[in-house]
Amino acid sequence: MSRFVINARGVDQRDLNGRVRAAAEAGNEAVVLRNVHGQRYIGTSLRKPVKVDVYGTPGNDLGAFMDGPTIEVHGNAQDGLGNTMNSGEIIVHGGAGDVLAMSMRGGRVFVEGNVGYRCAIHLKEYGSKVPVIVIGGTAQDFFGEYMAGGRVVLLGLGGDGLAANFIGTGMHGGAIFIRGRVDPEQLGKEVGVAEPDEADQAFLAGVIEDYRRRFGRGRGAGRGRGAGQIPTEGFVKLYPRFLRPYGRLYAQ
Amino acid sequence: MTSVAKLQNPYGDGKLIESCGLFGMMDTSGRPLRGRDILKAMANMRDRGNGLGGGFAAYGIYPEFREEYAFHLMYEHEEGRKRTEAFLRSHFKVVHHEAIPHRATAEIDGAPILRRYFLRVEKGVARAGQDDYVVKKVMAINTGIDGAYVFSSGKDMGVFKGVGYPEDIGRYYCLDDYEGYLWVGHSRFPTNTPGWWGGAHPFSILDWTVVHNGELSSYDTNRWFLEMYGYACTMQTDTEVLAYGVDLLARRHRLPVETLAAVFAPPLWEAIDRMSERERRRHATLRATFGGLLMNGPFSIIVAHHGEMIGLADRIRLRPLVAARRGDLVFLSSEESAIRVISPKLDATWIPSGGEPVIARLRPVAAEAVGGNA
Repeated sequence: MSRFVINARGVDQRDLNGRVRAAAEAGNEAVVLRNVHGQRYIGTSLRKPVKVDVYGTPGNDLGAFMDGPTIEVHGNAQDGLGNTMNSGEIIVHGGAGDVLAMSMRGGRVFVEGNVGYRCAIHLKEYGSKVPVIVIGGTAQDFFGEYMAGGRVVLLGLGGDGLAANFIGTGMHGGAIFIRGRVDPEQLGKEVGVAEPDEADQAFLAGVIEDYRRRFGRGRGAGRGRGAGQIPTEGFVKLYPRFLRPYGRLYAQ
Repeated sequence: MTSVAKLQNPYGDGKLIESCGLFGMMDTSGRPLRGRDILKAMANMRDRGNGLGGGFAAYGIYPEFREEYAFHLMYEHEEGRKRTEAFLRSHFKVVHHEAIPHRATAEIDGAPILRRYFLRVEKGVARAGQDDYVVKKVMAINTGIDGAYVFSSGKDMGVFKGVGYPEDIGRYYCLDDYEGYLWVGHSRFPTNTPGWWGGAHPFSILDWTVVHNGELSSYDTNRWFLEMYGYACTMQTDTEVLAYGVDLLARRHRLPVETLAAVFAPPLWEAIDRMSERERRRHATLRATFGGLLMNGPFSIIVAHHGEMIGLADRIRLRPLVAARRGDLVFLSSEESAIRVISPKLDATWIPSGGEPVIARLRPVAAEAVGGNA
């Protein structure tokens, strides 16, 4: 497999992204970025099925508008990861910051640990394009705010509990699955609560297995999670009660 | 004329939308940290600013003048300097004064006159009243002497700031020569008010400093409230109200940091309704008493004074703030990567919830350290 290594220390973010793009377009199957220290937009708008490994701490908007690649972050990610991403996959061996996967349109994001505020805000979905986000730890306020589609799964590993408020505020599409306890006052007014049905259970079993494969051997929150160790029971499903929650306010 | 747009954006792809950058680092055991480190951290967040404001606060940097109020002054003209120095001589004993050391660099120009004074309050002012005396004199200079602005006025600390990128401002002020146990840095992206030397962060009164990312839509309400207590806002920037608000609540009213946070970034009423009777009463009382200091709008801030560094984001966290710990070191930053460039290994990193302060405190001097086995 052709593999291209870039030392990112001291490299301007645009030069770095230019080099990643050039390496992908030259037909390399894998690009390894070492010593990344806050460079933004890594993998932005990349349209090749390339694998990008990031060592260090990538900057904001990692994988924005990305279309196809797989990015694996060996550490924590910052804000805006997967912004409007179209397809591909981002795997974070650590935590991620605020507004993760804002307006994401397709593809998958796996975060081993916790995420910040406004994760999955305005997540989208159209036809066969259904974005999926799986978070091993917990999330903060406005989780799934204005969500328009897609599937978001919160596994609740790591013992931090879910203290978030305004979950799913303005939600009008898609589904959020949360393992563990959620109090009604933590939820937005537009959210309904249900037991996952059979199809949901099958979906959850699948993404749990995918999470285990990605993080089961690591040292973080997903450590030692063998198949079947994360139960598919104990989830609640959050769904939108209205298709147009603000229609009554603005469209009369 | 040089095109600023070209200098800052060699790719020529138009307007860059950015925001301010914050950084704080503290050794809770009191060991000195080099200024070089925070310059490196701020340089890593260069993209967050636009070169129209950079600044630092450093604590523990004047051990030879520990008992004197260290005044950092900016003058727009010699006349302002003359009048201010006469004012200082008539209200203080000037123990020492000098130019704030700086070096000529290509990046920084248009610097005002920058001087520092180590001042003792004359006999006749009770020790307990000295801080209030100093605050009044700072306000008198800022409002009464044309072209003179006090950057900082605390003991054994100082604010160094100006127009430029923070790492360039830091080099201009030779901050790599300083050592202090607590440092705060700021990179400015001015949005509503001009980029000028006095408008750079940190804002400070006595040894309290504030750096801020965001905007306070409540600025006028806050300003009116503070005017009733004798604070005059002269720096043309919203952040100033935070510095005086901190002085009023924390120093004059001696309220703890948790209460300060509950005033600046109170829980929403819905959340207060779900609290215990005691907590409900506490929050309702704070709102009734200090509602004029509720900071509305998006913000993340770092507040510091001797012995304490506090990070706080607005109650719905519309601006970033990351916290980290490594041994005795505590870091606060707009971005984790800026922490990692100076401390690649960290014991923990976390994202503070809106309205919940992160507090780093200087530990009391440990007895075992004296024994030499620490």
